[in-house]
Amino acid sequence: MAITSPDSAISGGFGTSNRDLIARRLAARHRSERMFRAVGLGAILLGISLVGILFGSILSKGIPAFTQATFHLDVAFDPEVLRIPERPQKAADQSVAEFNQELLSWQRRLRTANWNRLIQEAIAAKIPAAADNARDAIGLVASNERVKLWEMVEDNPAIMGTTQPVSLIASANVDVWLKGNIDRTLEQRYQQLSALQQQWSDALYEEGVISMDFSTVLFTNVDSRSSPATAGLLGAIVGSVMMMAIVMVVAVPIGVMAAIYLEEFAPKNRLTDFIEVNINNLAAVPSIVFGLLGAAVFINFLGLPLSAPLVGGLVLSLMTLPTVIIASRASLRAVPPSIRQAALGVGASPTQAMFHHTLPLAVPGMLTGAIIGVAQALGETAPLLLIGMNAFVASVPSTPLDQSSALPVQIYLWQGNELRNFFEARTSAAIIVLLAVMISLNALAIVLRHRFERRW
Amino acid sequence: MKFNQLASAAAIAAAGALVATAASAQSRDTIQIAGSSTVLPFASVVAEEFGNTYPEFNTPVVGSGGSSGGLRQFCQGVGENTIDIANASRRIRSGEIEACGEAGVENIVEVRIGYDGIVFASDVSTGHFELTPAQIFQAIAAKVPQDGELVDNPYTNWSEIDSSLPDQDITLVIPGTNHGTREVFEEKVIAPGCESFEVVEALDDDAKEAACLSFRQDGRVIEVAGDYTETLGRLDAQPNAIGVFGLSFYDQNRDRLQVATVDGVEPSLETIASGEYPVSRPLFFYIKGEHVGVIPGIQDYALYFLSDGVSGAGSMLENIGLIPLSDDERQAQIDKIENKTTVELN
Repeated sequence: MAITSPDSAISGGFGTSNRDLIARRLAARHRSERMFRAVGLGAILLGISLVGILFGSILSKGIPAFTQATFHLDVAFDPEVLRIPERPQKAADQSVAEFNQELLSWQRRLRTANWNRLIQEAIAAKIPAAADNARDAIGLVASNERVKLWEMVEDNPAIMGTTQPVSLIASANVDVWLKGNIDRTLEQRYQQLSALQQQWSDALYEEGVISMDFSTVLFTNVDSRSSPATAGLLGAIVGSVMMMAIVMVVAVPIGVMAAIYLEEFAPKNRLTDFIEVNINNLAAVPSIVFGLLGAAVFINFLGLPLSAPLVGGLVLSLMTLPTVIIASRASLRAVPPSIRQAALGVGASPTQAMFHHTLPLAVPGMLTGAIIGVAQALGETAPLLLIGMNAFVASVPSTPLDQSSALPVQIYLWQGNELRNFFEARTSAAIIVLLAVMISLNALAIVLRHRFERRW
Repeated sequence: MKFNQLASAAAIAAAGALVATAASAQSRDTIQIAGSSTVLPFASVVAEEFGNTYPEFNTPVVGSGGSSGGLRQFCQGVGENTIDIANASRRIRSGEIEACGEAGVENIVEVRIGYDGIVFASDVSTGHFELTPAQIFQAIAAKVPQDGELVDNPYTNWSEIDSSLPDQDITLVIPGTNHGTREVFEEKVIAPGCESFEVVEALDDDAKEAACLSFRQDGRVIEVAGDYTETLGRLDAQPNAIGVFGLSFYDQNRDRLQVATVDGVEPSLETIASGEYPVSRPLFFYIKGEHVGVIPGIQDYALYFLSDGVSGAGSMLENIGLIPLSDDERQAQIDKIENKTTVELN
């Protein structure tokens, strides 16, 4: 065999195949690069489109529920119909107890007067046939709206005998009918409104007696079962606010203190490692477990009341603690050691170095963690179901020990309401409210971070 | 300093909460109710109207949890953090009375509030059903009688059971065992349906019960632990399915559901009140006698519930689907409330 020059061996036979090989490999690498990018982009597009579908369906269902069919009627407060005696005045020789008794019985007379008759007469002024069909006429207006009428008299007894313009919410079925949320072509036996009511609603809507107004009751009323059209979120909002306040007061200070100690002062040994692992595990514990714990400890053992925002707040605090601790430790760790060393170098004690120098720099991160933890707690439902917060509560809690509902639980309850045609939209509206609160909390977190953050 | 202030504020708030807690342990003044999800709509309406009518009482709080869940809470004991009234869509069991007694709840007052019908309904777009208990049993059971013996359920289509039924796949959505409705369903539909077959009738009691109450496990029977909305959701997803609902739920969703007749009778307020429609049950609430006079308004609430305008004929509860008691029956319940008569099971 002749010895060929090494040069020709490289540039000749081997050389071309080598270049081919490299070109092929390069093509393969570029291809996998492109593939990877395409898959990544696909994942993001898929995610965005799913979120888009979710928001789209919630918004498209929920936004119509922010307006509601409302009657604008002139109600004559006819003393002949109501037959309410004069509001009692305290006589000089009367004891307070006696006067209160008398006032109470007057209030009861007021509440049991025939308010429906007033509503019927007001409708009959627009549609004469309503005078003979009491049931149909009264059924057009949400039944709790008579509360509005007696409150007007209670506040100002002088309106007796006068005619006042009043806005009254239409009943849920009228709202459903006018918005077309029920198939209008269905046979009468499948409909909720009687034929007369359908005809009247349409006529009154044409005339402008019924109009679609912004639904303030959604924010100013408590939940209602007897008159679904006036069901609102006020009780749930107040309950949620109370719980969030408790979470802020309980979880944030404890979490921040725990984080400071663990990060800055605790000795590094097996015990602190063990605690750290457990905190991380706690952050991953399903929230319903905290609910069970809360029911066992706060309600059965400590004897706190059922359905109370205090208990809900404490349970959510336990759930939020790990999040706060982890976020706070991370933000403490992000403060450069040189800051501490400089402080110690000029003679500050470790506590002084901590509180005067490290902590102020870590606060923005801690705040972000706390707000995100609170936002997470705000949306939490499962643990609240176990401490009785899924009860029907028709009053606004005045202290954290009163029974109350909460926003996510209210969504759950409305989702289960049997009047599906009305509550599907109402539920989505409640979801929008909850999302708005949550987005504003998260926005606050972002603003705070940008405002106070210092980069190194 | 700022953080010390924050910490001390937190400590003060926590201490304040504890003090308030201790104080409140003496002073709950809102009636607390829990239990059956069938009774829940009725009870919440009454609670709301009660709060509207009586200026001196708070609006009672009504929770759900099912009949069994409610009675379990009810029997946890006497005290501020236990409920005052349990709603139930079935009678209390002797075991529950014992549990109550052990926890110190001796004076249990049983109040019957009316009746409720259980209906079979399917999606409006599907075929119309005219069912009998025997056909429902044949659709649902694990083993069905055929040619004089029990064989594994071969039916997959309603028309195989009876040619008069629609040509539609068998899927039944029934309430889970946590619901009082389930018990009534078994007692009023499945048991008579099952016992109408001679093969089953010939068995001894234990074997009969096993044959009647073993439901098929091939996915054609779906048990729902949640409320009727969940059942409705199942029907939306599987339009072929037949669901078990309360009459009042069906009544409010007539645009989506069509109801099946049972033994040729269509369920309505009238046919259930007259007893023609076979699948109905009484509804109850149970009052904790020990709490009467301690928590204000319990007796007033109960009497208001039983008053003519609230649960009588033509009342607001009838409008939302409760079948009222006769006047004599209602008077008997009012007497029980006034005398705080302890329930006795016979």
